[in-house]
Amino acid sequence: MIAYLLRRAAWGALVVWLVATLVFVVYFAVPRDVARLIAGRQASEETLAVVRARLGLDQPLIVQYGRYLGRLTKGDLGESFITQEPVTTIIARDIPVTASLAIGGAALWLLLGISAGVVAAARPRSRIDRAITAVALFFYSMPSFLVGQLLLFFLFFQFYLAGIELFPPGSYVPLSEDPLQWMRFLILPWLTIALVTGAIYARLTRGAMLEALGEDYIRTARAKGLSERRVILRHALRSSLSPVVTQFGIDIGSLLGGAIVTEVVFGLPGLGREVVQAILKQDLPVIIGVTILSSALVVGANLLVDLLHAALDPRVRV
Amino acid sequence: MSMTATDSEHVLLDVRDLNVSFDSPDGVVEAVRNVSFKLDQGRTLGIVGESGSGKSVSTQSIVGLVQGARISGQARFDGRDLLMLAQPELRAIRGPGIAMIFQNPMSCLHPLYPVGWQIMEMIRAHQSVSRSQARLRAIELLGQVGIPRPDVRVDDYPHQYSGGMLQRAMIAMAIALNPRVLIADEPTTALDVTVQAQILRLLRHIQEQFGTAIIMITHDLGVVSEIADDVMVMYAGRAMEQASREALLRRPRHPYTQGLLRSRPQADSLGRALTSIPGQPPSLIAGARGCPFQPRCTQAISRCATDMPPLAVLAADGNDPHRSACWLTQAEDAP
Ligand SMILES: Nc1ncnc2c1ncn2[C@@H]1O[C@H](COP(=O)(O)OP(=O)(O)OP(=O)(O)O)[C@@H](O)[C@H]1O
Ligand SMILES: [Mg+2]
Repeated sequence: MIAYLLRRAAWGALVVWLVATLVFVVYFAVPRDVARLIAGRQASEETLAVVRARLGLDQPLIVQYGRYLGRLTKGDLGESFITQEPVTTIIARDIPVTASLAIGGAALWLLLGISAGVVAAARPRSRIDRAITAVALFFYSMPSFLVGQLLLFFLFFQFYLAGIELFPPGSYVPLSEDPLQWMRFLILPWLTIALVTGAIYARLTRGAMLEALGEDYIRTARAKGLSERRVILRHALRSSLSPVVTQFGIDIGSLLGGAIVTEVVFGLPGLGREVVQAILKQDLPVIIGVTILSSALVVGANLLVDLLHAALDPRVRV
Repeated sequence: MSMTATDSEHVLLDVRDLNVSFDSPDGVVEAVRNVSFKLDQGRTLGIVGESGSGKSVSTQSIVGLVQGARISGQARFDGRDLLMLAQPELRAIRGPGIAMIFQNPMSCLHPLYPVGWQIMEMIRAHQSVSRSQARLRAIELLGQVGIPRPDVRVDDYPHQYSGGMLQRAMIAMAIALNPRVLIADEPTTALDVTVQAQILRLLRHIQEQFGTAIIMITHDLGVVSEIADDVMVMYAGRAMEQASREALLRRPRHPYTQGLLRSRPQADSLGRALTSIPGQPPSLIAGARGCPFQPRCTQAISRCATDMPPLAVLAADGNDPHRSACWLTQAEDAP
């Protein structure tokens, strides 16, 4: 198991390195005048030369690449072309917002999705099962920005018109400052993420539960005289968690994508909004920094998922 | 299986006219039809029949383990009709009243919980004992059924046990609450022959020790001859023949039972394979006429195709009732 995890960690490092190389190739190796990008259109040749020298752009590509990797391993992501701020500072400022959004959203989607799936599977083909399946299909087939807009329209705008500011967008209060306000500003973005992805989990959980409920060991659990509640929650749900965790590992990547869209829709000052602005302004260090960071996060999260798998299934723990 | 009134206080489980049917796309599946049997304290009833004959459904339905079925009839246990009980009352009976052992031990334990935990869970569902007391009891039970080093193996997961050990663990679980009835549904089918013999010995030992009444479901007459006191032979959801073991083995009356006995390997009393009666397994869809065994029966007469013979007591066997559902045997015994 330890060897397996080490191997996975090595693979993860390789993936991050590949991503770093890829962004380097895309942004620096292709013919594009980065110096002009920074100095502006009217800059004289001398200015450009100075900028090139300062950024090392006059060096051969391989040297640039070596320096780039060298800085990366020291955790130095460079400075923003626009604000000259270190990218790490920008990330450190933005990441609490994105982390709050992503972790809260994921927690809510797991909670909503799994419980909806369990309730549906407990009474297959009943009215509640059909209702849950229909609602899940509805959200499943909607793009998340649309869900966000709908939530804003019904839960913010309608109340706003009536003079109540219930869940205003565009603000963020750190958790450490005021947990209630933190939740208030994040609840709609969380729902946006949770409803769309949670729908997948409702369907997934329902299917896994129905399969588990047909297993022989469920009959044994019933024959032991356990309550139906216990049969469902302790026995059937327990077996259904493994496929859910597998799916979760797959979805962690798209969680960051979803967070970007959601931050833009709700005007949250997070990494997603930062990177969108950076792309518009061609602020390469910021784009690269965020890209590498998110690949590292996804790799790390998948490692966690592996650990979770081992914790869930004794047959994996060898 | 005696019907006399004096015996009735020893009758632990009295099932009468049990009918179980399922709705299916092809029509109503009549899995169990008019089955009646009795089980006395400390005795073993063997239910024999080939795959699909309704052995499992007829026993599982009386404790409410069959879902999506229409069930009618009576199943008196402890003065109450199990078929009339609500789920909570039935749950209280499952375990301490009637416990079950199933056919495939590999799939009957939850793969994600330790074996001991699963036994403790059963104990704690019915008795208010502490976790550590339940654990001690689980270790004791595992030792009783012959698991080596039970204090260590109690924490193992099912995949760390062999098939025979799993079946022993299932038995340990089933006897955890000293049940009055133990329903063993083909407990040895998935196991190899030597382990089969050990498991049967274990069950007999438990019966001697605790006076447990056992229903032994099997498609193997060898198992019946080892352990059963009384036998019910089932075919297509019906009881074809009911008798004491001696009577049944000495003089089987129903052509189906005769076929079963003939197809049984003689040398090996635990042999399997009863499939050598030629012909197709019967359809259980409602509406068929006549005796379900008639298409495969070498002795069938014209009446067999149109009328189902009742399960009648054969006069010849005196006060140990031997019943058979066959026009021929009934004609033989007619005065
Ligand atoms: N839930 C169900 N829905 C529909 N039909 C069922 C259901 N459960 C059992 N049956 C049918 O009832 C019949 C009897 O099944 P049962 O499991 O009692 O047979 P069995 O004698 O125990 O066979 P085996 O030796 O294979 O265990 C079979 O034809 C089976 O297909
Ligand atoms: Mg069966």
